[in-house]
Amino acid sequence: MEQHAIESTFLFGRLTLEKLPLHVPIVLGTFIVVAIIGLAILVAITYFKLWGYLWREWLTSVDHKRIGIMYMILGLIMFLRGFADAVMMRLQQVWAFNGSEGYLPAEHYDQIFTAHGTIMIFFVAMPFVTGLMNFVVPLQIGARDVSFPFLNNFSFWMTVGGAILVMISLFVGEFARTGWLAFPPLSGVVASPDEGVDYYIWGLQVAGIGTTLSGINLVVTILKMRCPGMILMRMPVFTWTALCTNVLIVATFPVLTATLVLLSLDRYLGMNFFTNELGGNPMLYINLIWIWGHPEVYILVLPCFGIYSEVVSTFCGKRLFGYNSMVYATICITILSYLVWLHHFFTMGSGASVNSFFGIATMIISIPTGAKIFNWLFTMYKGRIRYELPMMWSLAFMLTFVIGGMTGVMLAVPPADFIVHNSLFLVAHFHNVIIGGVVYGIFAGINYWWPKAFGFRMNQFWGYVSFWCWVVGFWLAFMPLYVMGLMGVTRRLRVFDDPSLQIWFVIAGLGAAVIAVGILALILQILTSIRDREKLRDLTGDPWDGRTLEWATSSPPPAYNFAFTPVVHEIDAWQDMKEHGYKRPLTGFKPIHMPKNTGAGIILAGISVALGFALVWHIWWLAALSFPAIIATVIWHSFDYERDFYIPETTITETEEARTKALSNAV
Amino acid sequence: MSTEHLADPHDDHHAGEVHFPEGTRRDYVTGFVLSVILTVIPFGLVMSGGFASAQATAFAVLGCAVIQMVVHMIFFLHMNPRAEGGWTLMSLAFTLIMLTIAVVGTIWVMYHMDANMMPGMMPPPGVDATMP
Repeated sequence: MEQHAIESTFLFGRLTLEKLPLHVPIVLGTFIVVAIIGLAILVAITYFKLWGYLWREWLTSVDHKRIGIMYMILGLIMFLRGFADAVMMRLQQVWAFNGSEGYLPAEHYDQIFTAHGTIMIFFVAMPFVTGLMNFVVPLQIGARDVSFPFLNNFSFWMTVGGAILVMISLFVGEFARTGWLAFPPLSGVVASPDEGVDYYIWGLQVAGIGTTLSGINLVVTILKMRCPGMILMRMPVFTWTALCTNVLIVATFPVLTATLVLLSLDRYLGMNFFTNELGGNPMLYINLIWIWGHPEVYILVLPCFGIYSEVVSTFCGKRLFGYNSMVYATICITILSYLVWLHHFFTMGSGASVNSFFGIATMIISIPTGAKIFNWLFTMYKGRIRYELPMMWSLAFMLTFVIGGMTGVMLAVPPADFIVHNSLFLVAHFHNVIIGGVVYGIFAGINYWWPKAFGFRMNQFWGYVSFWCWVVGFWLAFMPLYVMGLMGVTRRLRVFDDPSLQIWFVIAGLGAAVIAVGILALILQILTSIRDREKLRDLTGDPWDGRTLEWATSSPPPAYNFAFTPVVHEIDAWQDMKEHGYKRPLTGFKPIHMPKNTGAGIILAGISVALGFALVWHIWWLAALSFPAIIATVIWHSFDYERDFYIPETTITETEEARTKALSNAV
Repeated sequence: MSTEHLADPHDDHHAGEVHFPEGTRRDYVTGFVLSVILTVIPFGLVMSGGFASAQATAFAVLGCAVIQMVVHMIFFLHMNPRAEGGWTLMSLAFTLIMLTIAVVGTIWVMYHMDANMMPGMMPPPGVDATMP
């Protein structure tokens, strides 16, 4: 490999003043706006003296409910960033016709589509899904927290750390220009010598540690902390899907980590795993990354299938049709999702026998998925359907996802894939399943569990506005992409020669604008809900006439979740308890053993960000300091023996009496 | 597992550890010595130039790595078929299935890729590669 003359100083490594975007007006403008907003928030926190409260009650919290809510906030913030990228791409593609170059130079445009994909998957969908699992699973299984509460806090902050590294790349230096999976040789040091791919690698590595650990945490929680009577086949379906998802996380994220380590060895130490020379093979990277990448999409969508299952059975007032088949379908999908990765690169040339195996395996996945759709439909059949927002999102999901699934089966046919591979048809397909499956599921989940998290419902009006804008906007934005994909337009193009295509991009751009209104409505929905919280207050803790254990406790649940651990006799435990005239115990409380908050998680993640930044810019002294600092902090934290405390009986009695009063007011 | 433990999940300091098989010092020392041996063998093999065929050396190194994994599982992770009410065995089986799929699948895929796409397929040097 040839030497790359990139100048480097001891103090700042490769970081120089030119790396700051002082000469790029779009980025500079964004930076100024972000800086002003950020500063305003910091000043407001200081002015209202909230630092202590934030630190004690949220940032250092090991309470799974608070960590879950913080995951959702992270997801929402990053969602705005990822969507801004989407809008910029849409605008560019509408603009760049008839000899116009559009408004984005190639190197900026390439960063945008890379950042859009990376952010939407790793820092939007993953935090949203993990957040919901974190909040809901311990409540659904009647536990007081997850198995490893500190680890949970640490996982969250590592995810934030990864997100921060990716966000820093917006203003300091540049992000990768390689597409969201950074295939070599393009992501190798020869083709991408600058810091972009390094930001990608270290952002993902830091966040990946968090994801893997939170996966382990939730698997152990579900297997070991279920309340008495909740055998596996009585677990709520959401918990089942969470279990399968986290098993997938534990099984596959190490593959991602290892693959990225190999890529960084290529980039930093001049090794040749994925280069074109000395026995390296870039195709191996593509093979390895999709061994992680395909299960990843099921990691995202399985919990959403769980959300739809909870929502449909609750709002139809019926037990879920085919509980057993739902569980087995979930397990089948978990295993099968591991057997299909090659369908992402049919065209790379493995030949007919390999392609047909993976093509058929892909088509087989649609069978358990189809079984699930029928289960939801049969649950609705003869149910008393209440068209509340979570149910609306579930219906939109079923309609949208079936179309996305069918185009997926089309892509699973290798000869057909050769025609539409890498085209806008593919882009339309995966947005169809990810928006229709994951995003709608997250919105259903937010609307469904919001009252549990905060004690008041969400504003309905803006919720419906958001719903209709999303549904209409989605079809407008992505149907043109299907059409153009079939006509052979490839993805990630910046300028177009054929003027007849412009109209399709205009329609897609309008769709994006409608979705933008939908997102604005979502924010308004959140704000108006908080403003009208007294009007929307729910005192019962069970506003939807729910069926699972999370609705058995107050909203928001007390720190200890349940004063007495529930005992389960049936699927849909809370429904069963209600039918049998369950009475809340009012006396006889005992002190409850709980974990103490700790700042170690946020400190460790902070040092990890410093380490990542140092590695990106080759600032070796900082790397040499921060890595031992991480180890030292872990050791220091392991000597902290005062990690637990007891919530005294009096506090529990007070809390429970307040709830008794609230319940009597509610009736 | 007792109901007591389920009811108070944060008691992992006392209640939790009862269920985990604990290693003795002897276990750890055995594991450590075996690991050292299994590291020295492949290291020595490579440093001394290895067997006549490079492939044989590679397989020997790989074999030592696999055996070392088993050593770690038995002596450091204290895995046995009865631990954790069978869950350890179950997760081991799952891990093995996943590993097999990934490793065998990768070899299969890459072998075919190699056969179809690598330079052997291409026209030999000297022949005009841009020929239609």
